[in-house]
Amino acid sequence: MELKEKIIGKSLLLIALSSVMILGLITFFIFEQGIPLISKVGPLNFILGERWVPSKGEFGIFPMIVSSFWVTAGALALGIPLGLACTIFLAEWSPPSFAMVLRPAIHLLAAIPSVIYGFWGLVILVPLVRDRLGGPGLSILSGSLILGFMTLPTIISISEDSLKALPPTYKQGALALGATHWQTIWRVLIPAARSGIVASIILGMGRAVGETMAMIMILGNAVQMPSSFLDSARTLTTNIGIEMGYASGDHRQALFATGIVLFLIIMGLNSLAIFLSRRRMGS
Amino acid sequence: MNRNCGLRIANCELEKAPNPRKIRFTQNQNTQQSPFGHWILVPGDYLGFGFLKLGILAILFLPLVLATGPLMGCQRSKPEITVAGSTSVEPFAELLAEGYMKNHPGSNIYVQGGGSTAGIVAARTHAANIGMSSRSLLPDENDLHPITIARDAIAVIVHPKNPLNDLPPARIVGIFSGQIKNWKEAGWESHPIVVVTREEGSGTRETFQKLVMKNEEITLAALVQDSNGAIRQVVSNDPHTIGYISLGLVNEKVKAVKISGVEPSVANIEVGMYTLVRPFLFVFDAEPAGMAKAFLDFVLSPDGQKLLEKEGLVPATFKVR
Repeated sequence: MELKEKIIGKSLLLIALSSVMILGLITFFIFEQGIPLISKVGPLNFILGERWVPSKGEFGIFPMIVSSFWVTAGALALGIPLGLACTIFLAEWSPPSFAMVLRPAIHLLAAIPSVIYGFWGLVILVPLVRDRLGGPGLSILSGSLILGFMTLPTIISISEDSLKALPPTYKQGALALGATHWQTIWRVLIPAARSGIVASIILGMGRAVGETMAMIMILGNAVQMPSSFLDSARTLTTNIGIEMGYASGDHRQALFATGIVLFLIIMGLNSLAIFLSRRRMGS
Repeated sequence: MNRNCGLRIANCELEKAPNPRKIRFTQNQNTQQSPFGHWILVPGDYLGFGFLKLGILAILFLPLVLATGPLMGCQRSKPEITVAGSTSVEPFAELLAEGYMKNHPGSNIYVQGGGSTAGIVAARTHAANIGMSSRSLLPDENDLHPITIARDAIAVIVHPKNPLNDLPPARIVGIFSGQIKNWKEAGWESHPIVVVTREEGSGTRETFQKLVMKNEEITLAALVQDSNGAIRQVVSNDPHTIGYISLGLVNEKVKAVKISGVEPSVANIEVGMYTLVRPFLFVFDAEPAGMAKAFLDFVLSPDGQKLLEKEGLVPATFKVR
């Protein structure tokens, strides 16, 4: 039977490797397709160029990098306070019966397909922003609001885990020293779980940077450099999503090159999150 | 009751199971040295090496699967063709395919979107039997055989609340290039103009660029939507927008403006008054033959053309000039 076991072991290994292989293939193709264009245009011109006019051979994605940053920052401005408040309430204050309803509801937020968020945003949020605040409504502000909600499940579930993983003695000690419940949370528990919370925020950031469908519907996709939160904008992901259908030649390669930049940003964010959560385990 | 019984039996089996297994396991530890076993075990014996070999094996295997997949598809015997390309032509091609399949039971026509450029590429690479394009072929695509199946007008649309009914071409160019930024300059209330356009590479956009904008560039501040329907949606929601879509898709939620007094209508296209018109093309990589030709003949037949005319297109038989 040892032979059989080994065969099973090896075939499982093979199957497991194939998933890594797919990652490898995707990475390889993105770079293989994108690198020629980046070297043709020049890496600096590609990343810092402010004009994206593929029909004239102008490929500059700086407005999209800036837009991605703005949209993500806006999403975090909503997601972090809301997420942390939810986490603290769930972990420390919520009666168990209430948490049993609240927790699955938050997880359900992650299960809603992004196209539904997009549709809801387009029909409800966009007219609201347009009528109350001006501009076309299809704007960074609308996109950030929607993305903020989309990052909530990531931020809440991971930071709640890190709060719960703290040794109970931290809380008991603080309370025994006479600290109030809030002082314990704010001065002891949150600082102790800091690295996990930061990791959750970075993962939420990754989700925000990578979101495509909802953003195509809500951002308006203008290729200009945004000058206010009420301007329409195009992120790196939506640039690929909206133009891939018709792109060919250099244009298509430029979309792959956009993918390279996006890939590097996401890899950076995920590595940072893994590094931070490992450090937590170590200490 | 039944459930309890089942559970008990399952428990019993679980308790019994470990014994025979243990015996077998210990017996087989002696047979480790069989030649067959050794051959299989090679990758595991030198760990780093083994991973590499397995990796190579998997890499070799994957293309094999990918390469044989399409070949297997070729062996299907049913008569069928694929038509792919422009999302503007797609809905009409679907109607035509339906009509054709009704007359030719047992045959299949698959209609796919993807865009004009993708359709032309698909025709050249044989990924599709027929490519659909909503723009004229570019000079470097001249080796292909384009056949005009119909003509379609592009209408400049605004919200029904917009009081402007008529715009001269120069003003349209001014608005879309971003030189005219406020509706006040175009003769309405003071409010920023929101320009909506199609994405780069779209056949509709390329036609609009060539026939209306000419050398002017569509402003980078324009909102970009990736389909006729999405532009109509945005324009119908916001009173201060302006966009352009296929005339056949204009409905009561948006208003098509006259251009220098000429209303976009099939009648005006036929007499050559409304010139913002583009061809809908079927693109072949060689002289059409077989079922692709049969389908093309149906499309160009009076029946097929009547079908297109009913949907708001101008039949290919009219010479527009």
